Amino acid sequence: MNITLWGTRGSLAAPGPETVRYGGNTACVEVRGGDDSLLILDAGTGIRRLGGTVESEVRRIDVLLTHLHMDHIQGLGFFTPLDQPGRDVHIWAPPSTTLDLRRRLSRYLSPPLFPVRIRELPCRLTLHDAPLERFRIGRFEIEASLVCHPGSTVGYRIGEDGTTLAYLPDHELALGAASFPAEPDWTSGFELASGADLLIHDAQYTEVEYRQRVGWGHSTIDQALHFAATAGVKRLVTFHHDPGHSDAMLDRLTEEASRACGLPFELIPGTEGLGFEL
Amino acid sequence: MSAVAQKPLEIILMRQLASYLAMPIFLVDPRGDMLFYNERAEAILGTRYDETGEMPLEEWSTVFAPTDEDGLPLPARMLPLTIALNERRASHRVLWIRGLDGVSRRIGVTAFPLEGQSGRHLGAVAIFWEDETQ
Repeated sequence: MNITLWGTRGSLAAPGPETVRYGGNTACVEVRGGDDSLLILDAGTGIRRLGGTVESEVRRIDVLLTHLHMDHIQGLGFFTPLDQPGRDVHIWAPPSTTLDLRRRLSRYLSPPLFPVRIRELPCRLTLHDAPLERFRIGRFEIEASLVCHPGSTVGYRIGEDGTTLAYLPDHELALGAASFPAEPDWTSGFELASGADLLIHDAQYTEVEYRQRVGWGHSTIDQALHFAATAGVKRLVTFHHDPGHSDAMLDRLTEEASRACGLPFELIPGTEGLGFEL
Repeated sequence: MSAVAQKPLEIILMRQLASYLAMPIFLVDPRGDMLFYNERAEAILGTRYDETGEMPLEEWSTVFAPTDEDGLPLPARMLPLTIALNERRASHRVLWIRGLDGVSRRIGVTAFPLEGQSGRHLGAVAIFWEDETQ
């Protein structure tokens, strides 16, 4: 499994000289399987550049959305495979109790917010409710499970040939956990992340910021570290960086986190363009 | 994967909500096993959650010795929580229990099932009050 980060920013795209190293695009991760099958995790603004690299031989593209907040779908309208006749694109998202996925996505992909309607897209588009259980896409075994974040939101656990990626980009660890991180069975997302080779996890806030934003659906870097340790992952990629955090600030936060004694995993700050092979 | 089985998110959030509310709440899983009760429930049940921990249906449905208004023992299947679980509907009843502190209390219990998205049956919740009108 090969993984590439195309957007690591949270909430709002934040381009500019102060974010040029970690990147300003919002959430998007490319996952290539051993048979070159393609999964795309979230469709933030990072998906625009990724779309330009997808080879014509790729017959099927599966886009797995964790939820429908704007920073996770804004790039859809600029994802060129959607404009390619005959291209087979599947979009998966958490179920809603009231509206199907087409209607929910149409709130964005229709005037006045966007000039093109979903039904006008020339690709072969199939929309799915992500099953809240294990399912397969090609050689990937995928598990979607609800996680703590406002609105219907899932995290994904993706396995192939004995390797595992866990992706929880928007996740408030401490809100629902009675005594986080002491009780794994009462911690949202624990089973998804447990023992993963690579965990990509929300680390949006500092401790000071979190105290002012409890309930907004995100975690601190320290919480992400505790979670990764409890879940026994091999590598942690911090993700969903706050749009107000500059490269210099992310350097400092990562450095402070790295100094925490005896991290039992490798800590990697999520950086646009970074790739991993599992 | 870990051997530790994580609770469904809705159950985690229900416990969090219960821990913040000032009304007694008792939470069970789909089998009826008790997962959590909050501080206000502790006062009525006469014991602390930290002391009992999670409890199987067979234990909690008898250890509090539930009886009806006439003092007749109530089997588990007639308790509002098990009715909510088995019949997937809200249920209410006034009954007596004996807390683990040895005190008998008359309580009103309202229970309702927890139904998740995609048809997932998650358990049930009971909200109860000590009824001092009698």
